[in-house]
Amino acid sequence: MEDPAIKVRNLSKSFRKRIGFLKSSRLWALTDVSFVVEKGETYGLLGPNGSGKSSLIRILSTLLIAEGGEVSLMGYSLPGEQEQVRRIIGRVSVDAAFYKKLSARENLLYTALLYGQKASEAEKRAMEILKQLGLENTKFSTPLEEMSRGMQQKISIARALVINPPLLLLDEPTTGLDPKSRRDVQSFLEDLRRREGTTILLTTHDMAEAERLCARIGFLARGKLVAEGTADELKKLAGTETLDDAFIKLTGEELANQEEAGEEAGVLEVV
Amino acid sequence: METTMRQTWAFIFRGYHLTRRYISWVIVFNFYALVTSATVALIGVAAQDYQLTLTLVVGALLWNFLSSLYNEIAMSIAYERWEGTLEYTFMAPVSRLIHLSGISLFALMNSIVQTVVVLVGLMFFTNLDLHGANLPGVFLVLAVSTVAFVGLGLMAAVLPVMSPERGAEATHIFQGSLLLVSGVYYPVDVLPRWLQPLSMVSPATYTLSACRKLIGVGNSASVPGHLAGSSVSAVLPELLVLAVMGAVLMPLGLWVFGRIEAWAKRAGKLKRTG
Repeated sequence: MEDPAIKVRNLSKSFRKRIGFLKSSRLWALTDVSFVVEKGETYGLLGPNGSGKSSLIRILSTLLIAEGGEVSLMGYSLPGEQEQVRRIIGRVSVDAAFYKKLSARENLLYTALLYGQKASEAEKRAMEILKQLGLENTKFSTPLEEMSRGMQQKISIARALVINPPLLLLDEPTTGLDPKSRRDVQSFLEDLRRREGTTILLTTHDMAEAERLCARIGFLARGKLVAEGTADELKKLAGTETLDDAFIKLTGEELANQEEAGEEAGVLEVV
Repeated sequence: METTMRQTWAFIFRGYHLTRRYISWVIVFNFYALVTSATVALIGVAAQDYQLTLTLVVGALLWNFLSSLYNEIAMSIAYERWEGTLEYTFMAPVSRLIHLSGISLFALMNSIVQTVVVLVGLMFFTNLDLHGANLPGVFLVLAVSTVAFVGLGLMAAVLPVMSPERGAEATHIFQGSLLLVSGVYYPVDVLPRWLQPLSMVSPATYTLSACRKLIGVGNSASVPGHLAGSSVSAVLPELLVLAVMGAVLMPLGLWVFGRIEAWAKRAGKLKRTG
């Protein structure tokens, strides 16, 4: 039987935070999370800030080590086979983290070299991706600091794809983008999955985006996966008309309320 | 092999383009290094003491080289944290050995350029003439001590990983302590007795001592216009100590870096804001 693209079983992760000199608190970012993403599938994780989405993406990206549970990507388990996992994943985070003084070309070539790719081939591929994302060729030599947030995020997507990964981890890739840029990115992702069969794990706050792009959706709240299924299944399960209402009913909370609490939401335990 | 070469080149490529884009800062740092060195060297000129001038010039040049090398490596993680790119570098399929070797190679090139700038500049302030100095011997000592300094830099580079807020500052305290105890501008025996043992564990102490002998500092036969540099055989004890320090500090630096990286991944410290 073929391995799924992503298999997560009973995953738990907590962070310690010092309170004063002797006491510390433990914040559970993820508790007993399990789900599977098949190859070629786009799976959405919905939840407010602090629900554990970014921690989950960081664990899958080999940047965090979980306390408990099992994670495997394309058959490679973490953290044991992190070298193999790093070769098959591309990641886009909510903040377009770049060398802002360098141009798009220099940033993308640096990434390609870091992954051991030939600079000339990577440059050609990057140009194609940027064209598909609706970015002009002239912007290729512009320093990132002179670009809009939407343009930077498109470069960020090109960076993740320049290495041609079979698995793409997208952490709120359209947050803060204008409607046109958001539509460009969404169309590109639809096309990418159709054309190359790339598996995509997408975290978002945007219900409409999740409905448009994701074959299945998981609701994450306070570090727990409280429900999953297709958008229609979730609405049916909750007995609601919209995915927004289904989220509120199934998780018992609203997206906006917890967002205001910021990243410190989660389950706190003083130890 | 080709992949390894490209990955190593990635860090030199990045360093070169960042240097190009931050060129005004690079000019400022080089200017500051030159002015500081000239200020120190002129103390010897004012005292009309050729040997003192030579001692200070050699100290200034070597400290520029070693501190620039150490600083570039030690601050590499802090720079990435400021830029926000640390997570992307750490999730790339590049071994830490290649990653840190790439950074160290660029740091070495950068340090050579800065030292040459200071050397040329000092010639306008002092009657420095290197005829008679054993320059191949000096390069040999620098090559051997580079390994030890890279090891020290790697250990200091973990500080910004451990503490995003204060790690960068701590690397400078470490650097300042090396300057204090290594006999850069004065003999180590003028240090308080309780501090003198520290000079024995600093690789800079042996680098400076060996290079001064090779250039002819302290040799009464050295006169303006002609230096009486000693042969490599005269600095074999220092070379041996530096080689042992390099053999210990380099693997130790890599090991410490690996341990702290694993800890940072458990504690969630690689994140941009910590």
